[in-house]
Amino acid sequence: MFSIILHKEVLILRIIVLIKEVPDMEKVRFDSEKGVVDRKSAGTEVNPFDLNALEAAVQMKEIADASVTALCMGPPQAEKSLKEAIARGADEGILLSDAAFGGSDTWATSITLVAAIKKMGDYDYIFAGEKTVDGDTGQVGSEVASMLKIPQICFVESLEMNKEGLTAMVAVWDGIYRKTLTGKGMLTFTKAANTPRLPGIREKMKARKMEIPVWDLRFLSEYLNETDTGFKGSPTKVKKVVVPPVLHRKGKIFREINDACLREVKGALIARGITEGVKK
Amino acid sequence: MTQQNNPILIVAEHNGQSIHPITYELMGKAKELAKQQNLPLAVLALVSPTVDLQELRFRGANSIFYIRHDCFASPDESLYAQNMSNVIRDLEPEVILIGATPFGRSLAPRLAAILETGLTADCTDLKMEEGHLVQIRPAFSENILAHIQTETKPQMATVRYKEFAEAERNEKEPSEMIELQTLETVGHQAIKTERISDFIVDITEAPVVVSGGRGLKKAEDFKLLQALADALGGMLGGSRAVVEEGFISKDHQVGYSGHRVKPVLYVACGISGAPQHLAGMKEAEMIIAINSDPSAPIFQIADYGIVGDLYEVIPKLISEISR
Ligand SMILES: Cc1cc2nc3c(=O)[nH]c(=O)nc-3n(C[C@H](O)[C@H](O)[C@H](O)COP(=O)(O)OP(=O)(O)OC[C@H]3O[C@@H](n4cnc5c(N)ncnc54)[C@H](O)[C@@H]3O)c2cc1C
Repeated sequence: MFSIILHKEVLILRIIVLIKEVPDMEKVRFDSEKGVVDRKSAGTEVNPFDLNALEAAVQMKEIADASVTALCMGPPQAEKSLKEAIARGADEGILLSDAAFGGSDTWATSITLVAAIKKMGDYDYIFAGEKTVDGDTGQVGSEVASMLKIPQICFVESLEMNKEGLTAMVAVWDGIYRKTLTGKGMLTFTKAANTPRLPGIREKMKARKMEIPVWDLRFLSEYLNETDTGFKGSPTKVKKVVVPPVLHRKGKIFREINDACLREVKGALIARGITEGVKK
Repeated sequence: MTQQNNPILIVAEHNGQSIHPITYELMGKAKELAKQQNLPLAVLALVSPTVDLQELRFRGANSIFYIRHDCFASPDESLYAQNMSNVIRDLEPEVILIGATPFGRSLAPRLAAILETGLTADCTDLKMEEGHLVQIRPAFSENILAHIQTETKPQMATVRYKEFAEAERNEKEPSEMIELQTLETVGHQAIKTERISDFIVDITEAPVVVSGGRGLKKAEDFKLLQALADALGGMLGGSRAVVEEGFISKDHQVGYSGHRVKPVLYVACGISGAPQHLAGMKEAEMIIAINSDPSAPIFQIADYGIVGDLYEVIPKLISEISR
């Protein structure tokens, strides 16, 4: 029934890319009086950081025999994001969708994704974006890795495939580290890792025709309890949301550069104690 | 090891050499919360033998639990998480705070999953309400502030650098030092970690940051900004647009997907002021913006805005300040 069954017979690298559908942050409006995010004010798109994870996977496909599965948890409409992932080079998409998954925090999201990954069977690598632009947490990648007991390399800035496995550069502590993964593992990607390709017309056509299987709680019941997912399964609860007013400073704007402007700015620097090189 | 009251636990951050100042900031905030709730304050430090723990003793914690082992000389999250989880199960802390540094942000989720507890990322404020930790954090690309509570124990959060004042130094009552044994010394066999270079630049500690954006015509023009930075005793920053152009390296990027800076002075040159850029610099004490477009959003958060061509404005500014 699922194309993934086929992978077991063929020796190829299997890469799972975690994808989230998020509101378009350029357009989304926030109501500071009610303290709500007006999700209807904007369309949705694939989380920008996930596109870097997907691009890394698709690049591996170009140099090795690899298959790329995009995995997304979200409402039925999120099918659109999986089609976008296919148009950008993924081989298939799987949507995890059930009312019972709604309201999941990072813990409940991770446990649900882990259930689906177990259901999928074997894999070599899991790729994810470093964070999502709506949740801003950056936690799901390493929570999933921890639950699956596989190693992780977070905040990958560049990636290379070699005989040993995957070698990534990361900035951590006060240095640059090279981390090499010689077996299964999770990698999370920063925007610096690569430049995501745009979907081609042929790929878009192909994606449009692809069937996206939808997996619900019942389908995952071997690996997932209802009490562990969704709002109920979430140990963290949002008690209140505050939309701070857009930041403004009552600054002084000079319409042109002239002596008065220069003197005032210099005075402000001296008043702030920024005097290194500044001659009083 | 169990105490009468379960502690608030701080995870010490280090770089293989010394303790990171975020640790003292977490201790400062945690001390305040611990006092309110009448809880002890403890620190957990997993370090290589070269890390000096002396200063940690003078920052008001009741106890410092530490493990010294060579295996902690490199940033291996799974090894750290495994060893920490063993200690934490014994200590049963009410709250665990970890710095939201790159290492802390990859370690904390790894640890939370092992401890089967909730985790709140990147907090900018914390308070206690009816015995519960209220964790306040920006979300939606920094557009909202969410107040979050955790229903499981320990209540875990990562906390941003430079949000809280460091714990006061008190040499009179040094913390009790409790050495623990390592239980596991190898992380995942499938991962190899090598340090290949020290950071050449760390703009987060600079008192002055002079940043350039797409208003710059070519990479060499950063020399002009460097001259201004030199005159002000600062370092160079850049918007993502110029990092992507290859004008300047990623370690200089300011913003949502780069560094968050809080300098005394931030100078934005030829930067429009996109929300993702503001996310990285809006808390600077003083902001000067130079932009040829009077309607550029950067002017709305500037203390001093100069409408004009940066190629004309910057040389004049340099000659005025060095006059
Ligand atoms: C997920 C995500 C993460 C992001 N993360 C970041 C991030 O971390 N940091 C970041 O900066 N951006 C980030 N961005 C990108 C951000 O949205 C903007 O695209 C970017 O900040 C624009 O850079 P800029 O201001 O240099 O360029 P522009 O927006 O093109 O602005 C250039 C400005 O220069 C002015 N100008 C032109 N010529 C001159 C001149 N001669 N003299 C003076 N002024 C002149 C123009 O008036 C204009 O205002 C992110 C975007 C996304 C979607």
